[in-house]
Amino acid sequence: MTAAEMTATAAIDATGLVKDFGRFRAVDGIDLEVRQGEIFGVLGPNGAGKTTALKMLATLLPIDAGRARVFGVDVAREPHRIRQLIGITGQYASVDENLTATENLWMFGRLQGLRSGEARAAARRLLGQFGLEDAADKPIAQFSGGMRRRLDLAASLITRPPLIFLDEPTTGLDPRTRSQMWDTIRGLVTDGCTVLLTTQYLDEADQLAGRIAVIDRGRKVAEGTPDELKASVGNSTLQIRLAPGADPEAARQVVRRVAGAEPVLTPESGRMNVPLDTADRAADVLVGFRQAGVGVSSVSVAQPTLDEVFFAITGHGAESADAADAAGPGESGRSAVTDETLLEVR
Amino acid sequence: MSTVTVDTTSAPKARPKVVDPVAAVAAARPRIALGEMLSQTMVMAWRALKKMRRNPEQFFDVTVQPLLFTAMFAYIFGGAISGNVRSYLPLLVPGIVAQTVLTSCMATGVQLREDMEKGVFDRFKALPMSRLAPLAGPMIADLVRYLIAACLTFATGAVLGYRPDGGVLGVLGAIALSVFTGWSLAWIFTWIGTIARSATAVQGMSMMFLFPLTFLSNAFVPVTTLPGWLATFVKVNPVSHLVSGTRDLANRGVVSGEVGWTLLAGLAVIAVFAPLSLRSYRKHM
Repeated sequence: MTAAEMTATAAIDATGLVKDFGRFRAVDGIDLEVRQGEIFGVLGPNGAGKTTALKMLATLLPIDAGRARVFGVDVAREPHRIRQLIGITGQYASVDENLTATENLWMFGRLQGLRSGEARAAARRLLGQFGLEDAADKPIAQFSGGMRRRLDLAASLITRPPLIFLDEPTTGLDPRTRSQMWDTIRGLVTDGCTVLLTTQYLDEADQLAGRIAVIDRGRKVAEGTPDELKASVGNSTLQIRLAPGADPEAARQVVRRVAGAEPVLTPESGRMNVPLDTADRAADVLVGFRQAGVGVSSVSVAQPTLDEVFFAITGHGAESADAADAAGPGESGRSAVTDETLLEVR
Repeated sequence: MSTVTVDTTSAPKARPKVVDPVAAVAAARPRIALGEMLSQTMVMAWRALKKMRRNPEQFFDVTVQPLLFTAMFAYIFGGAISGNVRSYLPLLVPGIVAQTVLTSCMATGVQLREDMEKGVFDRFKALPMSRLAPLAGPMIADLVRYLIAACLTFATGAVLGYRPDGGVLGVLGAIALSVFTGWSLAWIFTWIGTIARSATAVQGMSMMFLFPLTFLSNAFVPVTTLPGWLATFVKVNPVSHLVSGTRDLANRGVVSGEVGWTLLAGLAVIAVFAPLSLRSYRKHM
């Protein structure tokens, strides 16, 4: 293969992946194509088959049917070569509790063919890169969850593999540590890595991934950029808080006239949500308010969140809006309008 | 790093790319070389030794048992079996050596099982490394434990008045034989470690092997005192050969046929159980 062909080769090219555990089909014919240099998100609830699919691609589970290639190398036929091309960081830190951070990295470097001095240099470089210098000689038992996770990721990067698998990299981390981890993951791509990331946090896929595959019950149910997935659900929402003393009825008439839509009012807080075909129409509504003398204290245009996308696609939580709310973490500000939009899409 | 650059995005980058897929694919070797396997095994042995040093309670069985059992058995059975403690010691000490080494073999299996349940083994599986190294490494480190067990038992015997007629060379030979046999029998327990569901199960299953092997042998009593049916089993028990071989070396300084049988039995155990262990370890993937 020439360098030019190699550059065009997908980092991951998998078709029809199947994995059975006894009579339970955990992965049921998943196709994935991950381009070089992107962060690709695999999104799905617990038990959807994300981790199983990832383990097959990482040679940790045999592929029952289908075919997968990593940078053009066949996963089933040449597992030893694949293991030299990938780094994998799981949901639970896979470092040695009995060793210090430096010793762990040295050991993993040695096991991958680095000479002792090279392994020590790699350990020092990675501990610096991940802000763990001060903890270099501490036993892992004294590490916080975030430090362990960082050390774990560092251990995956010793030989600079071009493809990194991250299985729920921030599950169980506090928000600050989580955003640090996100920065680190973005940095990997800057270095030239390709990242395949599984997550059950919609927010995380939205933040990091250039493209997302939504997995449910072993099948891929949707794929696209975060924006495409959101657009597939439909409209933008204009969220307005009226100024004190503004007339809600006048506002409602403006919205009807300009946007051709019925706003949803929450009278107690003076808030109203206006469904829009495109975010562009928001300006028209605001100009209408100004002309009619309706005061506004705050304005925002929101896209539907990935939570809504996920529920719309998979149908989970479709029985009631309550179920959807209960299952969707971290989106307390969801409006009545977007719930309705969701129902229409379904 | 290769000079081939892979520009996957057109956006300007503040940091130069340090990861090069083209070079990585070109450098990826299809299979593992023997030299790599050996060096990986030594790294795994290093890991096991570090672990031992940081968890000294792992040495409990190889330190306390030789001291306690040698003294206890010598004073309890000495008079009954050999007339007095001192003349029982040449019979007893090689028996305790065999028993202690066997017990610490069992720990090899139990600890492997515990280890395999830890997260770090997930990483070993994902690395381009030999599948044999995680099994063989700890076993090499365990040679240290067998050595401690054998030496301490002879030392305790000496304190109680044991003066082996085989001299220093004979005793060293006996220690070497015990350590080798311990290492080879440890493959049985390693295999149990890879097939059992939990560390506790390993312990239980190993006991079933261990007790008949050590007690239904000539380790503590002369075979002539046993009923015929039991004597037959005792005579074919490999532990009896180990005990007899150790006695011949330590007490007489003779490399007897028993020594040969013991070595042969050890090799046979390795030939059977090393491939079995490797196979069932691979299945854990």
